[in-house]
Amino acid sequence: MSVEAREARQPWILLSPALIAVVLLLIVPLLFIVVYSFWLRTATGADQVGFFLDNWQEALSDVFYRDILFGTLRVAAITTLVCGLMGYPAAFFIARSRGNRAILLLMLMLPFWISYIIRTMSWINILGVSGAFNSFLMAVGVIDEPIQMLYNQTTVILGLVHFLLPFMILNIYVSLDGIDTNLEDAANSLGATRWQSFLQVTLPLSLPGLAAGGLLCFVLGAGTYITPLVLGGPRDAMFANLVFEAIITQLNWPLGSALSLMLLVVLGALVLIYNRYLGMAQLMKGLG
Amino acid sequence: MSSVHLNNIVKRFGGFTAVHQTSLAIPEGEFVTLLGPSGCGKTTNLRMIAGLLDPTEGEILIGGKRMNEVPIHKRNLGIVFQNYALFPHKTVAQNVAFGLRYRDVPKADVASRVQAALDLVQLPEVGERYPKELSGGQQQRIALARAIVIQPEVLLLDEPLSALDANLREDMRVELKRIQHQIGVTTVFVTHDQSEALAMSDKIVVMSAGRVEQIGTPEEVYNTPASAFVANFLGASNILQGRCTGRDAQAVQIEIAPFGTVPVPADKAADLREGPAKLILRAEKLLLLGAAADTSGLITAQATVETVDYQGQTVRYFVRLGETQLQAINMIDTRPFVEGSTVTIGFRPQDCAALQET
Repeated sequence: MSVEAREARQPWILLSPALIAVVLLLIVPLLFIVVYSFWLRTATGADQVGFFLDNWQEALSDVFYRDILFGTLRVAAITTLVCGLMGYPAAFFIARSRGNRAILLLMLMLPFWISYIIRTMSWINILGVSGAFNSFLMAVGVIDEPIQMLYNQTTVILGLVHFLLPFMILNIYVSLDGIDTNLEDAANSLGATRWQSFLQVTLPLSLPGLAAGGLLCFVLGAGTYITPLVLGGPRDAMFANLVFEAIITQLNWPLGSALSLMLLVVLGALVLIYNRYLGMAQLMKGLG
Repeated sequence: MSSVHLNNIVKRFGGFTAVHQTSLAIPEGEFVTLLGPSGCGKTTNLRMIAGLLDPTEGEILIGGKRMNEVPIHKRNLGIVFQNYALFPHKTVAQNVAFGLRYRDVPKADVASRVQAALDLVQLPEVGERYPKELSGGQQQRIALARAIVIQPEVLLLDEPLSALDANLREDMRVELKRIQHQIGVTTVFVTHDQSEALAMSDKIVVMSAGRVEQIGTPEEVYNTPASAFVANFLGASNILQGRCTGRDAQAVQIEIAPFGTVPVPADKAADLREGPAKLILRAEKLLLLGAAADTSGLITAQATVETVDYQGQTVRYFVRLGETQLQAINMIDTRPFVEGSTVTIGFRPQDCAALQET
């Protein structure tokens, strides 16, 4: 074999374990889901193999599904906004701290060592009827009866922010860390105050990180079913809960498949829009 | 355009003293270079003038006004950074115009001033491009245009040429000097490159380990180094141990074995007292002589050629003279001396300088 041929093969050899995993564990199951979505669940509970559009018709026309989809996108959007507002100052602080940056980053990673479900459930111990917050308020005499603070949309968003904030902070941190600090010095020397140079230089250059963190938060937030299950009430179900309901509770794989593909298409469209946005960011040359 | 004064400046970082008590006066319109190896405190001084660092002690005056408490954005200085620090998300024109937006310049004038600055750095047609579409040398010129368009009191240049490759560096050196002359702005230039310093400066401040070693014109610093450090940092020098045995109005007598008595001109051995002394002899002033050469006016000795480092137009010899090794950089027109051969070496006493042994 010639040297060129060997060199041409090398990337494929190195990539193949990952490629095989992606094909077997992602592409193939996804194709199954697509096929399932055209089957039909009969009254007997058995799935009828064939090409039926009934599931799609139900998923697309039922107002119930549409409202929950919009509700889901709304919760994800609020979560992303809160994460962005809370995450940017934190990321900025970490990027500008010199000596203890490693410790701060470690603290940011620390929550990942505990299961997401357990972290979500920890809010019950804090905000629950017999949780820390209520106990404290009663102990100091502010209230006599415990207040029901859990199981509403606010606590769902709270749980999601708790879950997703580290992703946002990390993404913003990485882009802030890549900005040459001389740029701010240069802006200051030219007459800009620190705030002006932040707005003119640092913020625009960190937007790609903010956008990446935002996309990640939005997609993960819109796809969650654990958080509304643990911290939400009956009216706070999100779209993934419908999929869970259809597949696990009702054992209706065809409908569940159609619903999950619907969510996939919506979130996929968002990724495409993001791509388009990054395409526009290419206009802001020099980021690459 | 303003003068710059550092009065008894000290800068400490924790327990480390980066700049020991330093005073420096830079007259209006002068091009002054802070020269020294990395870690000598030259950049720290520049950053204190800029307002990017606060001095621990002492006073910084620009145009006679105390600047210690004035934040950087109110100092009206033009700074060119080593890595250019152009804003990557703004066009060249937007980069150059950046400082004007904070200076109440009428909109109509902004474009013409930006264009004038681009003309001055000889890049009149790149305004609409982005920095990364330009070469390193072009980015350097834009950084300079951005710094001077605001008509700064002082232009501060932090190793602006060190990121360029050798040929471009020499072009930019000439270019930078031309622009500085044209606008006449007081300029503080930081570099570790002695040839840049010699070529560009009105005055050179040689620094080492946080202290000023010598301040003088390029000729003074080169020909009459005030310390062994300066002698070695600006080109290659031989430092010979000897003894000062006396002086008169014209010359100082220095005994150096095996050359004998060297009469060093008095102005190149200021303040030298009798006793142990160092004779400083530049490598290019030490000549290797063929058998037929005229040695009149030279102080000579016999030495052995140890190493020949041929460089085309010049050749660098290391010759052995008893215990010591000397370095000589000579022009050649035929063929260099051969390693191992015995030659006559010689120098003119007026090419030497002498320092007190400390």
